[in-house]
Amino acid sequence: MCTRKVLLASLALLWLAGAATAQEGYPLRLGFGTMPPQEELARLFAIPPDGRGLPPGKGTYAQGQKVYADSCAVCHGDKLQGIPTAGIGGDKLIGGRGTLASESPMKTIESYWPHATTLFDYVKRAMPFTAPGSLSDEQVYSVVAYILAEANILPKNATLDASTLPKVTMPNRDGFIADPRPEIELYR
Amino acid sequence: MHDEDDLGGYSEKIKREIKARIEVERVTLARRREELENCPCQEGMFPRPGRRSVLFAAGSALAASMGASIQAARAAVQKAPAGAVWRDVPDDPTKVPGTPLGEDGGYGSRSQFESEVRWRFLTPTRLSSWTMTPLDKSEGIITPSGLHFERHHAGIPTIDPARHFLYVHGLTERARKFSMADLRRFPSVSRLHFIECSGNGLTEWRKPTLKTVQGTHGLLSISEWTGVQFSTIAREVGLKEGAAWALAEGADAAVMTRSIPLEKLLTDAIIAYAQNGEALRPEQGYPLRLILPGWEGNTHIKWLRRLELSDKPFMTREETSKYTDLLASGKARQFSFTMEAKSVITFPSGEMKLPGAGFYEVTGLAWSGRGRIARVEVSADGGKKWQLAALQDPVLPICATRFRFPWFWNGEPVVLQSRAADETGYVQPTLKQLVDIRGLAGPFGSVYHLNAIQSWGIANDGSVSNVHA
Repeated sequence: MCTRKVLLASLALLWLAGAATAQEGYPLRLGFGTMPPQEELARLFAIPPDGRGLPPGKGTYAQGQKVYADSCAVCHGDKLQGIPTAGIGGDKLIGGRGTLASESPMKTIESYWPHATTLFDYVKRAMPFTAPGSLSDEQVYSVVAYILAEANILPKNATLDASTLPKVTMPNRDGFIADPRPEIELYR
Repeated sequence: MHDEDDLGGYSEKIKREIKARIEVERVTLARRREELENCPCQEGMFPRPGRRSVLFAAGSALAASMGASIQAARAAVQKAPAGAVWRDVPDDPTKVPGTPLGEDGGYGSRSQFESEVRWRFLTPTRLSSWTMTPLDKSEGIITPSGLHFERHHAGIPTIDPARHFLYVHGLTERARKFSMADLRRFPSVSRLHFIECSGNGLTEWRKPTLKTVQGTHGLLSISEWTGVQFSTIAREVGLKEGAAWALAEGADAAVMTRSIPLEKLLTDAIIAYAQNGEALRPEQGYPLRLILPGWEGNTHIKWLRRLELSDKPFMTREETSKYTDLLASGKARQFSFTMEAKSVITFPSGEMKLPGAGFYEVTGLAWSGRGRIARVEVSADGGKKWQLAALQDPVLPICATRFRFPWFWNGEPVVLQSRAADETGYVQPTLKQLVDIRGLAGPFGSVYHLNAIQSWGIANDGSVSNVHA
């Protein structure tokens, strides 16, 4: 009997020791990874509607017309009409205003995009398709000015920069609503 | 086939896209029919490799005499389906030794007799396109990694993991740069989840357009994902007051970005480096992918290179001009992330043919972005009466569940449907219910998030087709 008690006590001690070890198992912070160099973070960008992170520089319609002809027209057409059947099938960029509630809605930058900052971000990020990220910030500001003027959103004499771009009001600025799902109509 | 008139009212671009997808199906189905005609198993339900393999078997003696390795190499190039290696087929595999071990270099391939592949949607460029999983051939719930659907916006990047880093910065106490080795040191989780593109089924709003379940539902795949929970990384970097969203950004040529609510990231997000027991496939985001269980596929950012914590969403192109759901009112729903409960019968499904009246096990998949599947019902009369199907274990949250239903076909024309309900009590709606709520402006209605009940019509002769019922 006595040896059995000792055995049980030893087992209990072993169990307690095991539990204590397990509690040390997962520190809340592990310290892996390093502090990123500031110059590496500076190369990253994403431009929200308030324009935070927009680079220095400025652009004009005239400069943008040249950038568009050189880098964009091959896919999006010389009149920004899109080329759906050849090349990469570039989207139509302008037109379609007032069609969103119709039988044939036409979604373009002019008719659908709610923020001009998105256009800057996307062109700088991913355009032109075959050489993404190759345009200078001045070229991006310029081609955005060109597209927005062709869309009758900006006058052709407008200059775009970090302070004026976020102030552009897009026609469909208030065209979006929060996702209401699950749809209450399905619970009637 | 759909003729020009069927596509009347569609824009040129949409017409072209629909025609392209129809063409992919047509070519694939024609090839299958050709195989079937050569097949001694013509009465069977599925086309199987037939005379083609018999012919190769007959040639095997010749192959042996002219140098098997040359023949094998030529055959491998010429005849093996994607993912397989061609080997001569002996008349009797019990009378000759098989292939020596190690011939595969240590990484196996599938049988040369299995040929199902992803279909690519015929967009003008192969750099921005998508492929669909052959769900008609799916078994169980796991999608083989090589058949997982794809959507790329600027090709598949080739990334050296030794030079790939994840930056987590913005509204953090301690911005961090993690190497792949760093990430693999963190505690990890493995979970089975589906990923579904919210564009899955977009051609089906107005009329039955594509013929097969691969065409109607093939932007759905299921894998086991392994990686680090975002919550683990959040403590590492320290979330600052006001952090409410994070920008997830990929390292592809589209530098894909989506804004993700912090609440979701802290609920169940995984920064995944593995899929189905091995490193991610390049086309699934190698070396790192964000997994957001139950949310539309586009948010599962591939080739993940950074997460920037912020107070507001960034309003990127993909969450404004795309992946927003335009309603008949002209207003569009934004941040419609959740993939709601949905199911589809994969057998029998479009373009199959039942050999005759009698017993069939109807089977399919059900899934919900809100949790577990609670039940699946099957109707064989176009939705008038419903009967419970059996759910195959495991029934996991935010994962597909396989269902099975015993069915006797009396040989008369019928419409087969399945209807899923998830653990929240949400019941998969009919197409009419969805259209009544969201409208049907434009060729594809509100485009995204079509989770309606799918109908398969079975004709007198046993042929199965996509119908609206």
